[in-house]
Amino acid sequence: MSGTDGVFEEAGGRGTTVIDAVPLSLADLAPGARAVVLCVVADGELTVARRLHDLRFTPGAVVEVVRRAPLREPVLYRVRDYEVCLRRAQAECVHVTEAER
Amino acid sequence: MSASCHDEGGADATLTEAPRIALVGAPNSGKTSVFNGLTGLHAKTGNYPGVTVSRYVGTARTGRHRHLVEDLPGTYGLEPISPDEQITVDVLDGRLEGADRPDALLVVADATTLRRSLGFVAQVLARGLPACVVVTFTDELARRQGRLDIDALRQALGVLVLPVVGHRGVGIGQLREQLTTWRAWPAPAVPPPTEPGERDAWAESVLAFAGYRPPERHRVTQRIDAVLLHPLWGTAVFFAVMMLFFQTVFTLAAPLQDGLESLFTWLSGQVDAHVSSPWLSGLLGDALIGGVGGVLVFVPQIVLLFLLLALLEGVGYMARAAFLMDRVMARFGLEGRAFVALLSSFACAIPGIMATRTLPSARDRLATMMAAPLMTCSARLPVYVLLIGLLIDPSVTVGPFGAQGLVMFGLYLLGAVSAMLAAWVFKTIGDRRGQAMPFFMELPPYRLPAPRAVLVAMWSSARAFLHKCSTVIIATSVVLWLLLNLPLHTDAQLRAAGVDTTDSVAVSAYTVDHSYAADLGRLVAPVFDPLGFDWRINVGVLSAQAARETFVATLGQVASAEDPEQPARALGAMTYSDGPRAGEPVFTAPTIAALLIYFVYALQCMATVAVLRRETGTWRWPTIAFTYLTVLAWLMAYLARTATVLLGG
Repeated sequence: MSGTDGVFEEAGGRGTTVIDAVPLSLADLAPGARAVVLCVVADGELTVARRLHDLRFTPGAVVEVVRRAPLREPVLYRVRDYEVCLRRAQAECVHVTEAER
Repeated sequence: MSASCHDEGGADATLTEAPRIALVGAPNSGKTSVFNGLTGLHAKTGNYPGVTVSRYVGTARTGRHRHLVEDLPGTYGLEPISPDEQITVDVLDGRLEGADRPDALLVVADATTLRRSLGFVAQVLARGLPACVVVTFTDELARRQGRLDIDALRQALGVLVLPVVGHRGVGIGQLREQLTTWRAWPAPAVPPPTEPGERDAWAESVLAFAGYRPPERHRVTQRIDAVLLHPLWGTAVFFAVMMLFFQTVFTLAAPLQDGLESLFTWLSGQVDAHVSSPWLSGLLGDALIGGVGGVLVFVPQIVLLFLLLALLEGVGYMARAAFLMDRVMARFGLEGRAFVALLSSFACAIPGIMATRTLPSARDRLATMMAAPLMTCSARLPVYVLLIGLLIDPSVTVGPFGAQGLVMFGLYLLGAVSAMLAAWVFKTIGDRRGQAMPFFMELPPYRLPAPRAVLVAMWSSARAFLHKCSTVIIATSVVLWLLLNLPLHTDAQLRAAGVDTTDSVAVSAYTVDHSYAADLGRLVAPVFDPLGFDWRINVGVLSAQAARETFVATLGQVASAEDPEQPARALGAMTYSDGPRAGEPVFTAPTIAALLIYFVYALQCMATVAVLRRETGTWRWPTIAFTYLTVLAWLMAYLARTATVLLGG
């Protein structure tokens, strides 16, 4: 699915009600999925927002889910030509739209 | 390179104050390799005033020129989120007391992650200090079919750009030459944008101008990770690596250890045979060879462990181990990298504590440091071996396992579990204040480490151990030997006390029993009495306060005074010489259990205390660690003794 705006637009066009208004985050993606970063939302946690920005999870960046650790956390992502792993709590702050595989 | 004969550069050599050049860059950017290349490993380590952040300053020499090079803590950006990063920013802005603002900067950027690094480069260049961009890992970029035109990058950035392959030393010479011309370094005509939103566009345009093609994914890394991070195979390999780690301690190093042991036995035999003065022979044989030799025996084990750790780190497996263990560590409030530090502590707490430098969160760092001394280090091993030998007959088995081995395993496990719980407590206390740090970790591609780099890493860890042997342990052994053999008794005094002066064993037994050490041991008796320790154990425990290993040497000295032929049997047969328990055997099961548990917990290592002081920059943390561990040791030992008594031991 796509992000909030997209959902409403699409849904409006078909005249149906949409309940799925929860935006997609990096944490929702399965290994192998690719997505484009929309924004970083870290409520009140300035450090998280800053760090994700410095790690280049910036709007427009293409992120690929590379691998999940055997215990399901952390997850390895590929962004801006390098690989970095995040825990679920941080991945949830990165809102994305899923790109085609 | 006409600028290298710049006038001002020549003038610098005559100034007492050399120009200060600071290295900035992301962690893993190859910054430290560049630093080592420039300064030739002659760096001074210290601390920034008042914080738990290590400071590295070295000198780069080029002909007559000297430059002070400082390796600033690695950071991903100039909006700091950790104390280390705060330091970097404060130094760059000249806001840190006791650390002058650098005259020029070397901005280190990894060529294989240039798309990410340029954001950081932009932030640094905007600070306006003379800067040179050092592009590292260009060899790897080429190998993985990436492309970068260094000249075009220089034009696009408007500053000096130099390619360097730090760990192979390529380009270091050129970089050193360029240091002399720092006053003439070009500044960008148009400074990079400061708006975060514009920075991405700027970075993309710079990359396009420099004909940048990112490296292909590292196929080897992908294939290896498919196995090593696989839920089943990855876990299996992880446990196999841990097995290998402990096999190194118990099997691989054992023959070497035996060899060294016989060497020292032979040496003290030679001393006995050739040194006629009993005083000198005792000092050399018992104090120096016995005390220090008993510890040096563990050098092969330590060196092998450090070699293994350095290899695993250099190849890139440690980052994977941290990735695999992060979830487990998270349960205790820590992160994957803390696992690596605690694993090193199995060899020795000192490199373990130093390994916490890789933790970006200061709170995680402190919690890990407070826990590290609980991991069963090699120094505890001889003590455990001795005490377990007294406690359990080697022939006793539980199922297919020897009971001695099981107890040893239990002690290792107890240490590890206690360390995790301690870390959790310290982290929980720390977390009540302020926000937690987000977790993130890069997984670098697998690299074949340069042998030199592995050896340097191994040596720097092993050196700490050898330093401890040559200072703390020599001093303790000698002082202890003196305490055990003084005051001197005249023959008349001995005869008056009813000692047969012709029986040297009786004389030395009497001397030890009436030595200053005995007075000291009896002085602290009220503290250790509830644990069942007699004055001789007290002396051992007190001497072990400097370094655990000396416990074995001390008891050895005491026992050999009573039965020089078979000190081990003397220990087993040792009885309380005075007090209400006089005549009863000392090494009963409850006492040995208490002693073992005491050694599991107590912080008996001056070197660890010193490293805690150095790494945290204050006496506060070593004091806290010492106090909580000593109190815990006593309480747990008391519990162990009571439990063993109740179990009918």
